[in-house]
Formats: sequence, structure tokens, C-alpha cells
Amino acid sequence: MPAAVAQRSRVLTALDAVRDPELDEPITTLGFVSSCVVSAAGDVVVRLRLPTYFCAPNFAFLMVADAYDVVAALPEVRHADVALEDHFASAAINAGVAARAGFAVSFEGEAVGELDELRRTFITKAVLAGTDQVCRPLLAAGLDPAALTTMTLGNMPPSAQLERLCRRRAELGLRTDPAAPLLVDPGTGEPITGATVSLHLGKARLTRVGIEANTGICRGMLRHRYATTGAGEEEDEE
Amino acid sequence: MYEKDGEKYFVVDSHMHFWNAGPDNWVPGAEQYAKGWIECFHAYQSLAPKETHWPIEKFMSYTEEDLMKDVFEDGYVDVAIFQPTYLKEWYKEGFNTTEKNAALGEKHPGMFVHNTRFDPRDGDVGLEDLKANVDRYGSRGVKLYTAEWNAGSRGYKLTDTAAYRYLEKAQELGIKNIHVHKGPTIWPLDKDAFDVSDVDHAATDFPELNFIVEHVGLPRIEDFCFMATQEPNVYAGLSVVIGGLMAARPRFFAKVMGELLFWVGEDKMTFGSDYAIWEPKWQVEGFVDWDFPDDEAYSDYPRLGTAGKKKILGLNAAKLYDIKVPDELQLDHGQPAAQDDAKLVTQ
Repeated sequence: MPAAVAQRSRVLTALDAVRDPELDEPITTLGFVSSCVVSAAGDVVVRLRLPTYFCAPNFAFLMVADAYDVVAALPEVRHADVALEDHFASAAINAGVAARAGFAVSFEGEAVGELDELRRTFITKAVLAGTDQVCRPLLAAGLDPAALTTMTLGNMPPSAQLERLCRRRAELGLRTDPAAPLLVDPGTGEPITGATVSLHLGKARLTRVGIEANTGICRGMLRHRYATTGAGEEEDEE
Repeated sequence: MYEKDGEKYFVVDSHMHFWNAGPDNWVPGAEQYAKGWIECFHAYQSLAPKETHWPIEKFMSYTEEDLMKDVFEDGYVDVAIFQPTYLKEWYKEGFNTTEKNAALGEKHPGMFVHNTRFDPRDGDVGLEDLKANVDRYGSRGVKLYTAEWNAGSRGYKLTDTAAYRYLEKAQELGIKNIHVHKGPTIWPLDKDAFDVSDVDHAATDFPELNFIVEHVGLPRIEDFCFMATQEPNVYAGLSVVIGGLMAARPRFFAKVMGELLFWVGEDKMTFGSDYAIWEPKWQVEGFVDWDFPDDEAYSDYPRLGTAGKKKILGLNAAKLYDIKVPDELQLDHGQPAAQDDAKLVTQ
């Protein structure tokens, strides 16, 4: 394999780690990477695209900044050029990311802070949705919801969903050791106990449904907007 | 009125538009935003059944005749509620104004409800405009687009001091219904523009007003539903839910409907076609025919029967707007059926 091809593959793998914060899916599988070109000398050009011209600029900024960071961090990359196309705030986002200026400076006068709190809010939602993914099969098999309050992460059968839940919990600083309670309030880390379990599981399912519905709409909009398949894009199930 | 299998449905389209988004109406220097906005709407239309898609040229500048045919003649709608969105920074005459709507509505007495709008950043002048519109058009409702750009600001929250001043004035003028439409920008931009917690606060502080959250808070359905369970005066506007999911994503549509029926209930859900994004015909026909897929994954959700569909398609909105419903189109005995007790799905 020529070096540039192998490098492109490594760049795309790195981009798999960048997620749409709202949808909690990699920008690659969502089709948001419109192109990825790597030169033999290690100069990388990545272009990103979104489902609409008016997608929220704060989430767009996070995706472009994260993509820049993962690409620039690869040892074989000499120069990273990562930019968002066809978006109302492309100019401000691209200039801000290229200058590593942060969000507040990139949108001077329109923003007052950085996006850490926003990101945390959406990882919290991802933990709730992930809780539903892990618990739903057990409930469908007839497990009493109350039984979940005494279970630990170590009691769960291994699955991709469980690994994903643990990764999201780790990002929030929540416990992920095998003895950690399965059900926790993602805001506080406190275990879910007693009668609140039904409400907790209801919110978890609702959050998952919300994210899935949004993802469906975003994928449909992207397909209407662009005829081409993105680098690393995966077809969705429905 | 729509009739199917001997059942008659009174249809109120509680969220629809008459816009002009053609290049003739684009503000010089802001063409990219005007074009981007309408192209975004057009992409939403792609989520409808293929045979109902329009070319972008017609979509930008459809006519009165198109609207009357699509909404009333073919679309089964008895009464349509105009929801204006101004966007005057991008569209010279506004995207979809109270005046433009009313010019059409006044030709067809009894068929339209003329809502107006306000923007709390417009100061005293805006308050005067609001009063003038209520006086002139008899508006009982307002549409609030919180992501509107206004003199360097990218949006507002209902909890802003100025917004409370406007809500107080609206209530004093006899406005009953506040349709809230969240968009992608806000001030400051680092906050989540779609967050609905401000609606929660306003609904608590203005218990006499009804807050209809359009597209059920999408993309924040979860926050919306959880808020709506706690606020008796918060309603779910189904625009986008039916139009954007029923045809394109039937399984997600079923799950979203299930969650809405569970958390919000059929007495507080209102149909809106979001015309001209989507034509009402296929939405009304499809919704009346709709049921949960025969699958264990949906078995815990509350069911939706004929009475519930009648409420959602028209009777709930008719109540909010005091629209007279012919006796034969009322629910049996003229009384809304009791809502099914919501059971937590996991019990």
C-alpha cells in the first residue's frame, strides 16, 4: 500500500473518534467528512459538511475543532487543514479553529464562554441513552426493573453497548469499575434507588428515542443536500 | 373535514405558512442567508413521500391558489392557523408576515386564524406593533421564533426581561396561545439554542397562557417531554413530527409518538402540517391510518384510538382557539374521552 493511502486510512480512523455531540455518532459514519486528502509529505486536507446551512454553530465548531485536534496529533501529519463547507458560520469557525482561538474569540460579541458545559450536557444525555441500550434487552427478557438498582457494571454481559456506555461515563468522570452501580444519575453519579428507577429508565428511553429521531432527520437532510457518500460513511438501518 | 371508515375528523392545521422566499424578496448582502434558509426548508420537504415533492422554484414562491388547493381543497383542513416568521434581516418584505397572511385570510372568512408574532428585542415600537396587529387582525396567538437575527443578536430566551414584558403585554391584549419555535442560534452562542427550559419558566409564571412548543422541541424532544409533564399549560405542536418522520422514518415516528402519548398525552398534542414544507393531505390520511408496528418494542406505549386522533387532528386546537366545531364532528356526547392513565413503561 502506498504510504499516502495508509496515512489516509489512519487519518480516517482518527476522525472516527470525533463525534457529533448531539447525535453521539462519529462524524465519519454520519457522512459529515466530505473529503480527506493526504499528500506523500504528510499534508492533510479534510473537508467537513453538515445536513443544513443553519446547523447550530456551537456544535459545528466542536466538530471542526475536534477533527483538527485528532488529525494534527498524528505523528506523521506535517500540516493539518480542516475546514467546514457550506455553512452560514464557516468563515468564523474555520478561522477560529485554524488559529486555535477558542469559541468565544471566534464569535466575538456573540458568545461569552467556551463550549465545555455544552459538551458535558450532551455526554450526560449520551449516558442516559446508553443506559437504555444496555438495559432494554434485559427488560424485554422480563427482568424486573427494580432488580437493575442492585446490579453493577460487572454484572452486565459484555457488549458493544456496554463498552460505549462505560466510555461515556468515563468522559463525565463517573465510575466505570466492575463494582460500580449500573444505574446512576449522570449529573451527580449517585446510584438510582427505590421507586425512582421507573422514572430513570423512562427518561433513558426517551433520551435515546430523541437522539435516534434527530439522527434520522439529519441523515435524511444530508442525503437531500449531497449526492455523494462521505468518507467513512455508513448507511443507517432504517 | 376528513372522512374514513365512517369516522369524520375535524381538521385544524395549527401551524402553516404563506411565505415569499424568492430571490425578488432577498435582502441585498444577505442573499446567502435567505437562500440557505429556504434550501434548508426544502430539504425537510425531501422527508415527505416522493410524489409530494416540489421543485425549489415553486417552493420559494408558491401562490394563493396553490395554498387554497393544497390545504383546503385537497388537504381536508377546516381551519388553518397562520404562524408568521419575519426574518426581515434576510427577506425584504419579511419571510412570512402577519400582513401577508391576513391579506389572503381576509378573502376567505372563517377559514384562517391570524396569529401574529413579536420580538422582545424590538423595544417599545414592537409593543405598539403587537397591539396594532391584535387590534387589526384579532390575533389570539403569537408565534415566537427565538433564533431570529436582530441587529447583531442571534436570538433570545423567553426568560429575558424584555420577553416577560412582551408576554405580559400579550396577555393584557387578550393573547391566549404562545407558539414557541426554537432554532439553531441564540445569544450567547455558546449556549444550547434549542434548550426549552425558558419555556418551562415562562409557563410557570404565565399560567393563563398556553405554550405550544412547535416540532415538540425537536431536537430536544426529551427535554420538552419531561417539561410538559410538569406544566399543565404546555402543549406539543406536531409539526415536523408527522411531516418529517411518519413517511421517512416510520419506526422512529412510532417511538416518538409513543413517548409523546406517554409523557404529554393525546389531550395536549396538536396537528400542524408546517405547509408549505409539507402538504397536509398525505399527513392527515397517513395519521388516521397510522398505528404502532406490531412489534414488542412498542407494546408498552399508550395506544392511540380514533378519539385521540380526532383530538390531535383538530379538536384540541379548536379548544385553544375557541373554533366552533360542528356537532357531528365532536367526539361522542360532545365530551373529550378521558385520557388513558399513563403507566410507566417499565412497570
